[in-house]
Amino acid sequence: MDDLYREQIVDHYKNPRNFGELDDATVKVRETNASCGDMVEWVMKIDGGKVKEVRFKGLGCAISTAAASMLTEKVKGKRIGDLGKISDEDMVELLGVKINLGRIKCVTLPLKAMQKAVEEYEQKD
Amino acid sequence: MNISKVRNDFPILKRKVNGKPLVYLDNAATSQKPRQVLEAIKEYYEKHNANVARGVHTLANEATQMYEESRGKVAGFIGARKDEVVFVRNASEGLNLVAFSWGLNKLKKGDVVVTSVLEHHSNMLPWRMVVEKTGAELKYIDVDDEGGLLLKGKSKTKVSGVKIGSMEQVLVGKVKLVAVSAKSNMTGALQPIEAVVKAVRRVNRRVVIVVDGSHSVPHMITDVKKLGVDFLSYSGHKMLGPMGSGVLWGRKKLLEEMPPFLRGGDMISEVTLESEEWNRVPHKFEAGTPNVAGAVGLAAAVDYLTRVGMKEIYKHEIKLTNYALKKLKELKGDVEVYGPSEADKRAGVVTFNVKGVHAHDVAQILDREGVAVRSGQHCTGPLFERLGIPASVRASFYLYNLKEEIDVMVEALKKVKEVFKI
Repeated sequence: MDDLYREQIVDHYKNPRNFGELDDATVKVRETNASCGDMVEWVMKIDGGKVKEVRFKGLGCAISTAAASMLTEKVKGKRIGDLGKISDEDMVELLGVKINLGRIKCVTLPLKAMQKAVEEYEQKD
Repeated sequence: MNISKVRNDFPILKRKVNGKPLVYLDNAATSQKPRQVLEAIKEYYEKHNANVARGVHTLANEATQMYEESRGKVAGFIGARKDEVVFVRNASEGLNLVAFSWGLNKLKKGDVVVTSVLEHHSNMLPWRMVVEKTGAELKYIDVDDEGGLLLKGKSKTKVSGVKIGSMEQVLVGKVKLVAVSAKSNMTGALQPIEAVVKAVRRVNRRVVIVVDGSHSVPHMITDVKKLGVDFLSYSGHKMLGPMGSGVLWGRKKLLEEMPPFLRGGDMISEVTLESEEWNRVPHKFEAGTPNVAGAVGLAAAVDYLTRVGMKEIYKHEIKLTNYALKKLKELKGDVEVYGPSEADKRAGVVTFNVKGVHAHDVAQILDREGVAVRSGQHCTGPLFERLGIPASVRASFYLYNLKEEIDVMVEALKKVKEVFKI
């Protein structure tokens, strides 16, 4: 199968990494795709300017869930200042498959949630 | 109805998608167009194009005649008078026209507007705008287990913190306008418009009843003389017509009382720097250069549908729906279907979910097999909140669909199970 739904994507969908909540979160946000009901809750614990812990929760399609899961793996341990550099294109590359126009919002949903979280954190400072 | 003859009339049905024959099951989103409609539009631009009602030259006369003849054909299709048919861009524009022209001028604080939780955003947001601006109150009719309007009983439901109730619960107070759809674009349920009209008229004979006919007019016989409502709005592109064509039908007396919606050329009878006099109905509501080609295309669509026969089309869709419901049951516990359990209460729309798989993912895999369905919230966000589901898959049929196409969809659904290992 060609694939949007290669093994890796289905794996991340069925066994999402860093799925859950954090007790002592520094920042927590919620982002939705109104048109399809997808929702992502993004939580981060930030220590010394770095992402110490990250979790996500949500209701979503395989693409947005896999994208969120992969994004948590990517940002863990990174400097907060570097997170802003991750772009929509980076998300598509992260998934490693061709995404058609109709699904771009699924891929960028977790990125939007994370960007919102970073913004909230930076405003707190 | 000779279905292979019908299918031959639709060029796009010969397309391949991802190497597979196109199986187009997204007719509730838009319908495909027969050659006859495409040729009518082409011929208009090739032979008769000119601006209407503005010139004395031959082409102008031809174009004007074609435009007004189209209006007559379109009116005949719904049993209406020609001067009660306003050409609009789509159903949404028609509903907004009523909201802006009638609603903003006739409603005030203390009045009640009633709509339902299952409405498409286009038949909900215009009324929200009207009550915000006028101080009137908006009430919502709840939905029953079969996806239809809840007519009786005491419902204590809240959606987004707003109390919604049965029709008998909300038809209370100074009700001035009721806006409902004739058929739900999500559940597919045919709505009890007759019962609604009866109940509303008992409350007050002068309540204005607005019906969104987007999903009924293309699929069954419509006669506004029998419906007993005051406004009916629907889109041409869902009934084999071009995008950008649509109709607002309204009772002449109401249309005459309403101020214009958009202002500009052709909707006036006289303009000075000091004053203006509006044109007669329906031209009062058609400002600027109209979509003449769209009207011509829509009239050609009316011709086509009339030739095939609306009764035949309706019967065909019931057969397909019955078949689809049967085949989906065969997938046993894996598929959950929403809406009426009987095909003749839902004509042509089958909304479902594959358990454990998001609607988008289902639609994507179906697309790989050439099957086009819709996934998401179908512009009925509050309904999804009310039903407690995040999204759904919608297969919607029309006159050119086949049982074999439903088989292809069901086979593709089995592939979904494989991919997600369920």
